[in-house]
Amino acid sequence: MNLSMLKADKTVKQQLTPSAKKRKNKETFEAYLYLLPSLIIFAVFTFFPALFSMVVSTFRWNLPGKAMFIGLENYIYLFTDAIEAPIFWKSLGNTFYFAVGVPINLIISLVLALLLNRKIRGVGIFRTAFFLPTITSTAAISVVWLWLFHPAQYGLFNSILISLGIPIQSWLRDPLLAMPCLIAMGIWSGMGYNIIIFLAGLQSIPSTYYEAAKIDGANTFSLFRFITWPLLGPTMFYVLTVGIINSLKAFTEIDVMTQGGPLNATNTTAYYLYQNAFQFFQMGKASAIAVLLFLLMLLLTWIQFRFVDRSVHYE
Amino acid sequence: MSSLTMADAALKRKRVARKRLVNGAQNGVWFLVVCALAFAVMLPFIWMIVTSLKSPTEVFAYPPTWIPKEFQWSNYVEMWNEAPFGRYFMNSAIVAICVTVGQLTSCVLAAFAFARMEFKGKNVMFMIFLSTTMISSQVTLVPTYLIMRTLNWIDSYQALIVPFLANAFGVFMLRQSFRTIPKELEEAAKLDGCSRFRFLWQILIPLSKPILASQALFAFMGNWNSYQWPLIITNQDSMRTLQIGLRYFVSGEGSTQWGIYMAAALVVTLPVIVVYFLVQKTFVESMASTGLKDI
Repeated sequence: MNLSMLKADKTVKQQLTPSAKKRKNKETFEAYLYLLPSLIIFAVFTFFPALFSMVVSTFRWNLPGKAMFIGLENYIYLFTDAIEAPIFWKSLGNTFYFAVGVPINLIISLVLALLLNRKIRGVGIFRTAFFLPTITSTAAISVVWLWLFHPAQYGLFNSILISLGIPIQSWLRDPLLAMPCLIAMGIWSGMGYNIIIFLAGLQSIPSTYYEAAKIDGANTFSLFRFITWPLLGPTMFYVLTVGIINSLKAFTEIDVMTQGGPLNATNTTAYYLYQNAFQFFQMGKASAIAVLLFLLMLLLTWIQFRFVDRSVHYE
Repeated sequence: MSSLTMADAALKRKRVARKRLVNGAQNGVWFLVVCALAFAVMLPFIWMIVTSLKSPTEVFAYPPTWIPKEFQWSNYVEMWNEAPFGRYFMNSAIVAICVTVGQLTSCVLAAFAFARMEFKGKNVMFMIFLSTTMISSQVTLVPTYLIMRTLNWIDSYQALIVPFLANAFGVFMLRQSFRTIPKELEEAAKLDGCSRFRFLWQILIPLSKPILASQALFAFMGNWNSYQWPLIITNQDSMRTLQIGLRYFVSGEGSTQWGIYMAAALVVTLPVIVVYFLVQKTFVESMASTGLKDI
C-alpha cells in the first residue's frame, strides 16, 4: 500500500474502488483466520460454559441422573433451607474471613519492599528468599505447612511453643485456629509477589521528588507520608483488589490442608462449590453457587475499574 | 583567617565522618532486620529439606533435630517406588509443554491480527477477548466438566490441555509489543514481496523474543502448578499430574511418612525453582510489568 493510496483511503472512505474494497475484505477475512484458534477456545470453554452455568443453576441435576427444571429453587434453597443456608452463609463468611489476610499481607509487603528498596548488600539474595514461596506450587507448600502445623509435640510450631512455655495447639484441627493458620500460610506465600510489584512502584517514583523534599527539610516519615504513600496509592489499590479476587478463588491450600474442616471452619464458597459439584455431584446447586460467586467477583472488578479511573484523573 | 578555615574544615570532616558512621550503623541494623526476616521466610523450606533427610524414627523425635543424625538419602529413592512419580512427572511435562506451545501460538496469531491489521469489527473483537479475563475459572468449572463428560474426555490429555489453549492476557501483552515495531519495516518487507504471514514468522517473532520468553514462562509455570482442574478431571492414577499425585500420596496410608513426603514435595517444586534461577531477571521484570501470577 503506497502513500497516495493511504490518503485516498482516508479522504473518500465511502467510495473505495472495487479493487481496494476487495483487498479490504481479504484483509478482514485473513484477520479472522488469525483470531480463529483463540475464538474457538473462548467460545467453547469460556463463553458457552459461563452461559451454560446460569442455565444449569435452574435445574436439579444430580449426576449420574437426569436434569429437571426447577426455576430459582436452587437459589432459594441456598438462602433459606434450614440445613443448607447456615453452611452457605458460613462459607460466605469464611470467604471474607480468609480475605482478611490480603490487607495484612499488603502492609507486611510494603514494609519489606521499603526495607529492600534501600541499598543493601546482596539485595538480590533477599529478593529471591521472599519470592521463592510465590513461585513454588501451592500444593507442595501446603504439604510442607501441613507438616509444620502437625498437632503433636514434634510438629515444628508446637515444639517452638513448648520451648516458649506455651501449651501445644492442634492448629488445623482446631476450628478456631484453622482459618488463621491458612491465612498465615497465605501471607507467607503471597508476600513475594506483592514485594516485586511494590519495588517496581517504588523505583518508578523519581528520586528528584525526595531530593527536593530533603532540601526543604523533610524527615523520613514525611517523605513516606507525602511522597511515597500518595504515589504508591494506585499500585496498592491494584494489589489489594487483585489479592481479594484471588483469595475468593482460593482452593488448593484448603483442599490439601483441611478439606473445608474442621466443622466447616475453613469451608469457603469456592470450596463449597467444589464439594457440591464433585463430592455430592449436585451440578445444579453447584452452578447456583458459581453464579453467586461470579457476581461477587464482578462487583469487585467493577470497584477496581472505577477507582483506577478516578486515580488517573486525580494525577 | 587561615586557621579559622582549617578549623572549619576539620569540623566539617568530623561531621561527615559522624554522619557516615550513623548511616553505616543504620544500614547495619537494616541489614540484620532483613536477614532475620529472610531467614524466617526460608524456614519452611529449610524444614522441608531437613525433614526429607531424616529417618522415620528421627522425624518423630522430640525435641526436633535441625541436622539429621544420619542423612537418609533413601527417602528420595523410596518416593519413586511408593507412588508412580515418574508417570506423574511425565504427565505434568506433556501437559505443560503442550499448553505452553499451543497457547503461545494462538496468542501470537491473534495479537498479530490486533496489532498489525485493519478489519471490520476489530474493536468489538478486542472487547470480547478482554471480557474473557473477567470470567473466572470457578464459574466455568461445572459446565466445562459436563462438556468433558459428554465428549468422553475425562482422564485424557486433551481435557488437561485444550481448555487452556487461549489466553486473552497473553494476546494483550503480545499486541502491545507487536505495536512497537515500526510500520516502515512491514512496508519494506511487503515491497520485497514478503507475505503477511512470512513477515510475522521471519521478522516479528524474532524481534519479540523477550516478551515471548516471558509469556512462555508464565504459561509453563501456571500450568505446572495448576491444581483444581487436574484434580477434577483425572480419576485414574496414571493420568494424574505431579501436584495431584503429591496430594493423594500425602493423604493416603495414614499420613506418617513425613520424610518421604517432604522429599516428594521438594522434587515437585524443584523444576520451577530451577527455571526461576535460570531466568530470574526476565522473570522478575515481566512479573513487575504484567502483574500476573497464575491462572
